Amino acid sequence: MLIRLLALIRKEFLTLLQDPKSRMVLIVPPLIQLLVFGYAATFDLKHIPYALYNEDGGAAARQLIASFDGSPSFQRVATLQAEQEIAPLIDRRAALAVIHLGPNFSRDLLSGQGATLQVIVDGRNSNTALTALNDIRANVDRFNRNWQQARQLPVAPARLESRAWFNPNLESRWFFIPGIIGMLTLVTTMLVTALTVAREREQGTFDQLLVTPLRPGEILLGKALPGFLIGMLQGTLILLLATQWFRVPLQGSVPTLYLGLALFLLSGVGMGLLISSLALTQQQGLLGAFLFMVPAVILSGFATPIANMPAWVQGITLADPLRYFLIVLRKVFLEGAGFGLLWPQLWPMALIGALSLTLASVMFRRRMY
Amino acid sequence: MMLNRMRLGGLVRKEFLQIVRDPSSIAIAFLMPLFLLILFGYGVSLDAERVPLALVAEAPSADSADFFSSLGGSTSFAPRHFPGLGEAEQALQRGEVNAIVHLRADFSAALQRPEGAAIQVIVNGVDANTARLTLGYLEGAWGNWLARRASAHGQTLTAPVKLEQRVWFNSEVKSRNYLVPGLVAIIMTLIGALLTALVMAREWERGTLEALLVTPVTMSEILLGKIIAYFLLGTGGMLLSVGLAVFLFAVPLRGSFWLLCLCASLFLLAALGMGLTISTLARNQFVAGQIAILATFLPAFLLSGFIFDINSMPGVVQGVTHLIVARYFVAIVQTLFLAGDLWAVILPNALALLLMAGVFLGITWRGSRKRLD
Repeated sequence: MLIRLLALIRKEFLTLLQDPKSRMVLIVPPLIQLLVFGYAATFDLKHIPYALYNEDGGAAARQLIASFDGSPSFQRVATLQAEQEIAPLIDRRAALAVIHLGPNFSRDLLSGQGATLQVIVDGRNSNTALTALNDIRANVDRFNRNWQQARQLPVAPARLESRAWFNPNLESRWFFIPGIIGMLTLVTTMLVTALTVAREREQGTFDQLLVTPLRPGEILLGKALPGFLIGMLQGTLILLLATQWFRVPLQGSVPTLYLGLALFLLSGVGMGLLISSLALTQQQGLLGAFLFMVPAVILSGFATPIANMPAWVQGITLADPLRYFLIVLRKVFLEGAGFGLLWPQLWPMALIGALSLTLASVMFRRRMY
Repeated sequence: MMLNRMRLGGLVRKEFLQIVRDPSSIAIAFLMPLFLLILFGYGVSLDAERVPLALVAEAPSADSADFFSSLGGSTSFAPRHFPGLGEAEQALQRGEVNAIVHLRADFSAALQRPEGAAIQVIVNGVDANTARLTLGYLEGAWGNWLARRASAHGQTLTAPVKLEQRVWFNSEVKSRNYLVPGLVAIIMTLIGALLTALVMAREWERGTLEALLVTPVTMSEILLGKIIAYFLLGTGGMLLSVGLAVFLFAVPLRGSFWLLCLCASLFLLAALGMGLTISTLARNQFVAGQIAILATFLPAFLLSGFIFDINSMPGVVQGVTHLIVARYFVAIVQTLFLAGDLWAVILPNALALLLMAGVFLGITWRGSRKRLD
């Protein structure tokens, strides 16, 4: 029986890897994608391109402007002379924000009644707009504190002292790179599994497989193992790249990470084979792969938090294996979480894997007729 | 290029018959945008509401209660009281709260001293973006509390410089307004590729293309027949998506509908062209399917500016995004929906779409012709 199984696994590997195009597709793109996506996925604004419209010639205004020009977070891209110049600049996205000091700015500031700084932000990407506004506000707050201290003005009776745990500089790359590992692994399992059974059905070789002494469970194992092993190999390469190239700190233990990876691959391979066993043609298999993969990625909490979703969508995400794996990856990488804290994430992946694999093996038989 | 109207009509009819016989194409064109846009339109949001917050006052007093009540009033926070910092830190580690607001035992006394009191905030930084939003909300609540406290004591609190902010195009700063138009672009990229990625490969694999080639029809007619059929199907899906965005998700459409239609047609041609290119180059459904999975979704999702601002990416990666068809359409829809007919944005992106459509269809045409000999 073992020999039969080994022969089947060997055949599955051969069909996957013998076509040079197919071989290329499995090994090279995930590594390139991690490199490109790792740099692309960020919510951090390194340099906010802003334009200055200063109607005030005073020294106090210049002091505030110097605080923007001196900060590495801001980059002045234009200096405006008239109000009409604002709209075209924002419209064509040449500047993200326009900082406007009115003609009385310095006078108001020196008189102690408070000056107004007007800020116009391009809101087409609301998240970028909010981040830019936060940075501008932080800069103005800093200026205010210095101003008050220098003139011994009374300071506010309470101040905020904030610290961020696990990611002290709030680098969003640390959050996204572990997530990309999960996404790429999911894509690979889909590549390997979603079309295999459908292709054999279309070519008629699946019927031949069913009349051999192999039992459905063995066929399932033969189809599942290549996906699992390729996923493991690729996951290892991606993990190496994430820690060695992107220098994302790995606080937790490697065995915990691999346990998570193994259970996630189990669920991913299971879903892929289930899709494959339901599809009669490769076109249907491809459709199924997209219908699973796209929501699985977008609703996984990768970029937009699950906590922001309405309750019914949050309910749907409970069936998404990537949701659990992303939490495992982030908690192990950044928080150093151990097995005990991760158990609530691990068993749902095992359950999804077991259910989908069982269903797939039932469908192998059923769909024959 | 020889075209015969009657033969072309016959080919389009044949494609439609094939589409109707395997209902998965119709499902792709109509059910998929409906299903995905409704799911994602509700599901995808960057606006954090009711951020779970742990409140710890080591020595509860009227002052600490006053500060905490200012946090409970808004929809931004869902605060919970914890007896000590240890319990709150455990809740943060378990992910039950996103941040801790901690007032030391001397909070009330320190408020009276000239140097003032410290309000300690610990935020879970793993999700850096949500952490930043949470800190921003807390700063807002703190500022309001200070102002209210000052006026209760008969003083006015004047900051030397105060900020007056205006957010153009999206004054409520709702992330849905920019995410939903982007979703339309992402979903249509997938649909364009899904519709056509296997089409040519299937005909090559089954040998039906050779059968067609011995008839008087030319390769151009075969390709055109496919493009017309799938273009019509894709247009239906596109109209459905735009309708959902405007009527269900109430995203304002400030630009002109007809300009949107024109740009959408160009984009659809490019997306279908990409699918046909994959199909032609792979010549085998299995590999074509693999390439479609690999090359369409994740690049469109991450590199199109749909969620991650292209301007925040390093220069090399910004260069790579120019290869992504969805990038140009995302820029067009975000501007057309939220800002209006701004030609400075629309024209270069529409030209880029035209160019990409030309390149992809050209590759398909050449790739198909070569094998005739």
